[in-house]
Amino acid sequence: MKKKQSLLKWIAIFALIAVMYAVPAFVKNEYVLRVCVYICIYSIMASSLNLISGVCGQVSMGHAAFCGIGAYTSALISLYFGLPWPVCLLLACVMAGVTGVLIGIPALRLQGGYLVICTVGFNELVRLILLNWSSLTRGPMGLTNIARPVLFGIRIKSGYQYLFVALTLFLIVYVLLNNIIRSKFGRNLRAIKEDETAAETMGIRVHREKVIAFALASALAGTAGSMLAHYMVYISPALFIGDYSTTYLSMVVLGGMGNMAGSVVAAMVLTILPEMLRGLDSYRMLIYGLLLILLMLGKTRDWSTTSLARTWTRGKNALLARLRARGKGE
Amino acid sequence: MSNFLAYTINGLVLGSTYALTAIGYSMVYSILELVNFTHSTIYMVGAYLFYILAVLAGFPLWLAFICTIMLTGFVGIAYERITIRPLRIRKQPKFAMLICTIGTSIVLQNIFFLTMGSETRQYPTLFEGMYIQVLGFNVTVIQIVIIVATAVLLSIFLLFINKTKLGMAMRSCSQDTEATELMGISVDGVISLTFFIGSAHAAVAGVMGCMSYRSVDISIGNAIGTKTFASTVLGGIGALYGGVVGGLLIGLTEVYTAAYIGSNFRNIPAFVILILVLFLKPNGLFGLKQIKKV
Repeated sequence: MKKKQSLLKWIAIFALIAVMYAVPAFVKNEYVLRVCVYICIYSIMASSLNLISGVCGQVSMGHAAFCGIGAYTSALISLYFGLPWPVCLLLACVMAGVTGVLIGIPALRLQGGYLVICTVGFNELVRLILLNWSSLTRGPMGLTNIARPVLFGIRIKSGYQYLFVALTLFLIVYVLLNNIIRSKFGRNLRAIKEDETAAETMGIRVHREKVIAFALASALAGTAGSMLAHYMVYISPALFIGDYSTTYLSMVVLGGMGNMAGSVVAAMVLTILPEMLRGLDSYRMLIYGLLLILLMLGKTRDWSTTSLARTWTRGKNALLARLRARGKGE
Repeated sequence: MSNFLAYTINGLVLGSTYALTAIGYSMVYSILELVNFTHSTIYMVGAYLFYILAVLAGFPLWLAFICTIMLTGFVGIAYERITIRPLRIRKQPKFAMLICTIGTSIVLQNIFFLTMGSETRQYPTLFEGMYIQVLGFNVTVIQIVIIVATAVLLSIFLLFINKTKLGMAMRSCSQDTEATELMGISVDGVISLTFFIGSAHAAVAGVMGCMSYRSVDISIGNAIGTKTFASTVLGGIGALYGGVVGGLLIGLTEVYTAAYIGSNFRNIPAFVILILVLFLKPNGLFGLKQIKKV
């Protein structure tokens, strides 16, 4: 019975992945594909932020800064040294991760609100550096003509090809994060979120674990940044301001703290909603703000304190129960 | 030397607006442990409400000023009621509140953007063109008025916090909300009052800041936001009046940097101070040390 269930589960997962790869191939609308690529990138951002903010409970409002560090590292290396994209991606990841460690070591000694302010300040500082270090980053004009990625001899340029790459990157990150939070390290992070003192008493090296989680999240944000840079082909400091950090944090909170699938769903919602509001033009931000408030207030309702994914689990359990009942009937 | 004194006066004027705004941050943080991102927008709301009342509706300046303070205070109460209280009562995590305050700030900013437009407007001011000479340099009367008004307001505020029953209720809320509730004090009421006072101070700061610059536009809230953050942190965010000293220091540093290093760098010191204080002395100059209880 159990074997059958897990087999079913795997078939379902593979079918889902196949659908995710196959369906966009028939979509001819470049705009839809573009939104899908953004969903992939924002999902990476949201789920990596979820590791540090959701799972470990250390709220960071500077996640966009790490995305920016990754994007600029990748773009500059590609522009000045002409290295292939996978190398740029790796270096962006390393650079963002190292910055994460350097910022994390002092910053993660702070608690709650102080950490929030510190990360807000860090994000602003990164923005100011990107804006004012004109000789390297060309300031507000941004970097243009970033090389499109070449993978296995194929130059990625159509919307679908990009979606293929972004989706693959997202799936790798997603599986990685899901495995991390189920590992011993992930359980340590959960313990830290519940009660730091208790976790420390149990022999968890709280500060070290926090820094590792922060560095991991930053490194993954860096890869998202690299993807973004080589997708947009043009980046400017305006893409990495604090507003984006807020959006990523909203995704995490909306999807449920520590819930990876929830983050992805929330990333979809918060990417598609603003796109749908585009027709409203100048009212767009007003409505976005209202939605943000309503979504947070809506979370206080019982069905939703349990977050998006519990509803999903409940549905899944009902379905499994029905399957089981049928199995018994046979 | 006279230049230095002129810079100091400018710094004090700037610092006064930071200090008045910072009070709202530290009050809310000390009671709710919430970083209130709406607060810098309230500064802008105050400035615009005064503009609307004084210029567009043609109220006399003193009446417009009083109305502005009251209205902004009520805006503060309203957004706390609508967006923060439901989350607090249901014991939602702080991050939900945090995002709510960001959402409120986006909403308020866009309401004013849609109704008032994004252009910079000329702001009404008092004592236009009047100045007195002190030690060979000119101080405009409005600058003196701002510094004196700030000093008076802050003294009243400190007296209120330290000497009145309501002030005592506030201090007790900032120490322990639950125990305060058990003593028969309405915590909801105290929090409403906190938002009223914080917003009113921000409104005064907004009006006076715009008077000294003689202009107002939508982005002034964003511009002041991170700097008042820095002031609050420097003074100690949990301390009710730490932000005052922090605000004055940040204002002075900013003006000195602009004067002696270069005006391109005027926005940098606030952040450097912010990060340094957080790393070296996160409780700020006057903050109480947090004791972790098991």
